[in-house]
Amino acid sequence: MEIFGIPLQAFLGQLMLGLVNGAFYAMLSLGLAVIFGLLDIVNFAHGALYMVGAFVAWILMDKWGISYWWALLLAPLAVGILGALIERLFLKRLYGLDPLYGLLLTFGLALILEGVFRKQYGVSGQAYPVPDLLSGASNLGFMILPNYRAWVVVASIAVCLATWFLIERTRLGAYLRAGTENAKLVQAFGVNVPLMVTLTYGAGAALAGLAGVLAAPIIQVTPLMGSNLIIVVFAVVVIGGMGSIMGSVITGLLLGVVEGFTRVFYPEASNIVVFVIMAIVLMVRPAGLFGKEA
Amino acid sequence: MSTPSTSVAGDLELGAPQAPAQASTGIGKAARYTYLALLVLALLAPAIGLYPVFVMKLLCFALFACAFNLLLGFTGLLSFGHAAFFGFSAYVTGWLVKQQGWTPELGLAAGAAAGAVLGLVFGLVAIRRQGIYFAMITLALSQMVFFLCLQAPFTGGEDGLQGVERGKLFGLLPLGDDRVMYYLVLAIFVGCFLGILRVVTSPFGQVLKMIRENEPRAISLGYEVDRYKLLAFVLSASLAGLAGSLKTLVMKFATLTDVHWSMSGEVILMSLLGGVGTFFGPVVGAGVVISLQDMLADKVGEWVTVIIGVIFVVCVLAFRKGIVGELLAWRERRNTKK
Repeated sequence: MEIFGIPLQAFLGQLMLGLVNGAFYAMLSLGLAVIFGLLDIVNFAHGALYMVGAFVAWILMDKWGISYWWALLLAPLAVGILGALIERLFLKRLYGLDPLYGLLLTFGLALILEGVFRKQYGVSGQAYPVPDLLSGASNLGFMILPNYRAWVVVASIAVCLATWFLIERTRLGAYLRAGTENAKLVQAFGVNVPLMVTLTYGAGAALAGLAGVLAAPIIQVTPLMGSNLIIVVFAVVVIGGMGSIMGSVITGLLLGVVEGFTRVFYPEASNIVVFVIMAIVLMVRPAGLFGKEA
Repeated sequence: MSTPSTSVAGDLELGAPQAPAQASTGIGKAARYTYLALLVLALLAPAIGLYPVFVMKLLCFALFACAFNLLLGFTGLLSFGHAAFFGFSAYVTGWLVKQQGWTPELGLAAGAAAGAVLGLVFGLVAIRRQGIYFAMITLALSQMVFFLCLQAPFTGGEDGLQGVERGKLFGLLPLGDDRVMYYLVLAIFVGCFLGILRVVTSPFGQVLKMIRENEPRAISLGYEVDRYKLLAFVLSASLAGLAGSLKTLVMKFATLTDVHWSMSGEVILMSLLGGVGTFFGPVVGAGVVISLQDMLADKVGEWVTVIIGVIFVVCVLAFRKGIVGELLAWRERRNTKK
């Protein structure tokens, strides 16, 4: 069976690959949206934090033989703590200034993180094995689906939904959202806003770290893995509209799939299709698909 | 990005309209002498044993940084995609001169034109959003140009274009001679520098500054803000393109490094380090960054990225006016004390 002259197997395979990529776009742009929404900072270091997450998982396995499942917990925790430190040490000093300074500062931090790991581990990739429980593949009848990839998609969608629920539907989320509107007022109600901000950045960083651990068994763990991804994620964020959490998740998944399709039909364009879509969307809706007009 | 620039806008401005009092107290004169001394030094550079290729490279990046600063410092637009103009034009010139046998002057002109066209496209897409959105959009678009350069047949892919011959300027001057090339680069740099100075101090430049300081006000006064911003963007892009083209002729190659987004970061660092919104800041910043890279490359190897990152962080946290900006602020304080 063929679809538009492409064998079904290849077609669905690329679709699945696109969905997996989309899951990473969604998780990373979600983290960016959370940090931007609440701190007004465009976190350029997000890609580097994602890379650090993958490396922490790899180091845990390589040095102490700690399993994937523990890494799934420990690496985001470590990256989250790193994030909280970054917020306390650096970003705290920039509130009230032009948000561009936050962008530039986190850009500098990204260079530092990337440089340190590059010095330590070189640019060649480190292999991280797929955990036993998720190795192998299932035959769905029409295609062979590697179990690990299915798990990544399911896990990241679950994380995205949980984050959305936390921010839009719980009391803590209400505090967060109120804190961005009027920090002084929320503080007057007895909420520790600075702590909340630190934890928010930490949580956003942890999300990036978690994405890194999930990615480790699929791609090679290298210091450069975050730096090119982050720009695609920025494009995703621009397309989705930066304010919207749901928007970033849906756009992320969607663009991953579009990218997968492009790889099937016109591979040369697969690297730039996201940027082309961005340009078109901006022409029609400058605020992005889910964004509110400023 | 108005915070750093407002306080230091009165750089070494030659007869800037808003600083007539300064000119009469002799500070304007001092600036003029400083520039003159620097020019003499630059003219003598090859004679006093400075390695011409290094100084040429430095001037190319200084021009690039000045072009970038025209946008950030005087219009308040942070472009994170200027590597696209710099690198793409570098390829255009390299390809035309090497493969099509164009003369160097035509190659340079074509490079600047390519930068302008690309700038127009970027501008039309990005101008409608502001601040960080503008930065992210320009970054994404420049990544698109990066992939085009990686895959297009004429760029040589991962290898880049090597062995671009400089040829003869107007069929007369052999640019293969480093000294001849040096004076061409210097002439173009000084010409562009004076051009930027002229643009910024012109009525057009005043409108740009107004947009930087208070865009809604500019709109309410009836200025077509988007058109001014677009024009500034195209101007900046074509100068960045010219810088890239010139760099190709100087170094005799064009590679993916020129068009990668880390180059966009580097030019931001140059401006920030030297002083955003000052005239001479980007030149100083480019000088420091290029010299650092040159000196550190063989001593610390891969730590260069980390060091650049640290400088970035320190600049943003503690040093937002940059070197020239801090100097001017210090001079200002001393003058008011008297």
